[in-house]
Amino acid sequence: MEPLIRPDDIPYLPRGVRLQQDRVRGIRVLQAPERAMQLDAIGDAILSELDGQRSMAAITGDLAARYNAPPEQIAGDIRDFLTGLIERRMVFLKPFEIDAEDHP
Amino acid sequence: MKDLPTQPRDLDGNPVTPGLPMAMLAEITHRCPLACPYCSNPVELTRAAQEMPAEDWARIFREAADLGVLQVHISGGEPGARRDLAQIVASARDAGLYVNLITSGIGITRARLEELDQAGVDHVQLSLQGIRPDMADRISGHPGSWDKKMGFAGWVAEIGFPLTINAVVHRQNMERLPDMIALAETLGARRIEVATVQFHGWADLNRKALMPTREQAAFARQVVNDARTRLRGRLVIDYVPADHHAVYPKACMGGWGSTGLNVGPDGTVLPCHAAGSITWMRFENARDRPLSDIWHLSESFNAFRGTEWMPEPCRSCDRKTLDFGGCRCQAMAIAGDARATDPVCSKSPLHAQVVARAESDAATDTTADTAELIYRRMKKTRELQG
Repeated sequence: MEPLIRPDDIPYLPRGVRLQQDRVRGIRVLQAPERAMQLDAIGDAILSELDGQRSMAAITGDLAARYNAPPEQIAGDIRDFLTGLIERRMVFLKPFEIDAEDHP
Repeated sequence: MKDLPTQPRDLDGNPVTPGLPMAMLAEITHRCPLACPYCSNPVELTRAAQEMPAEDWARIFREAADLGVLQVHISGGEPGARRDLAQIVASARDAGLYVNLITSGIGITRARLEELDQAGVDHVQLSLQGIRPDMADRISGHPGSWDKKMGFAGWVAEIGFPLTINAVVHRQNMERLPDMIALAETLGARRIEVATVQFHGWADLNRKALMPTREQAAFARQVVNDARTRLRGRLVIDYVPADHHAVYPKACMGGWGSTGLNVGPDGTVLPCHAAGSITWMRFENARDRPLSDIWHLSESFNAFRGTEWMPEPCRSCDRKTLDFGGCRCQAMAIAGDARATDPVCSKSPLHAQVVARAESDAATDTTADTAELIYRRMKKTRELQG
């Protein structure tokens, strides 16, 4: 079976899903329709990278460099975490698109 | 006005430890163009003249956010019945809350929906009463409702709001559940809430027409399980099963006074939207006192916190922290005692009686066309005075 997330896919938080600080409890939360999910430091670090511009591969590289960790391990952590959120429709994927101007 | 107790104690005087609420249901009006016979509003509806102004809602939203509330569900009645809905929404967003609009889709024009987009609605929940005009209009008691709802759903998609379909299922429509799920997909919904009618208030008046059969309840469960697998990553399905046919009761509000609160059109604060049916309970009003005091110290919110108040068979049951003894309002309605074990629980002494009555109601020979429905309507002023 084809893996759900490919390295070229660009993950993003769709409209209606917000990453925010819960100032009363002092925690980070992901807010979505009828859901508010408490995030640990790893989850927060991953979701904070979703800018709708960078691909899975780029995000993996950046996090691996920042935390000085093996990229394969980081890639696995991100994939596991995001797969659960994709299944619950809290993270969407933009497929990698080839820019028409670069490839006439 | 009587002072609140100074310490949180349950209805037997045992000390309890309140947590913090996550969600608030704001029923900003009881007015509604629909007349669904299972409406979750109380049978005694609050009239327009008693509704709080938008300024009061703005203050309550700020108090709720300070108290720990993250999400507000702006509902009714039909929230669109209030002309100042956009102002109310904007004040909730200003307070930092995630705003979920729960609507029938009737009476909100495209222009108003754009205004609500500007005001900061995060998510729209649209109720559907059927999968075709005949059933939708018959159940909602509102001719033309179907066409208006489909138009509304189109605008929601065009503007780009995330959409949840709210589908209430009962004996007259349960066989069509697969079509309802398919319709939610067609409308581009991210989520569907499939809720079996809860037999309180208005729905209790319509038990004979709405009570599902045991076979229907099993069918619905199977449909939901299959669809969850098939639609994983496309459509999220939340399901409230038919508890009259269950072995154990549903967890009342995830625990009474534990995660949510409900503020009515006039500012009355309830631990759950149906709590007014517990007639001996005294409820506070958010216009009179800070929401935080009501949450932490009021008799109503503390009454059933913790597990010390529980009688047998709940007290010695290993599920008491899972379902909290079930629904307090159902205990009140059926056992006549709000602290009793929810009578739908198989361990309740009343269980056999509940099942027998549900099966007898479900065997009532009616179709959607012939069922006599008691519609949810506000009494005319004259009737009230007379």
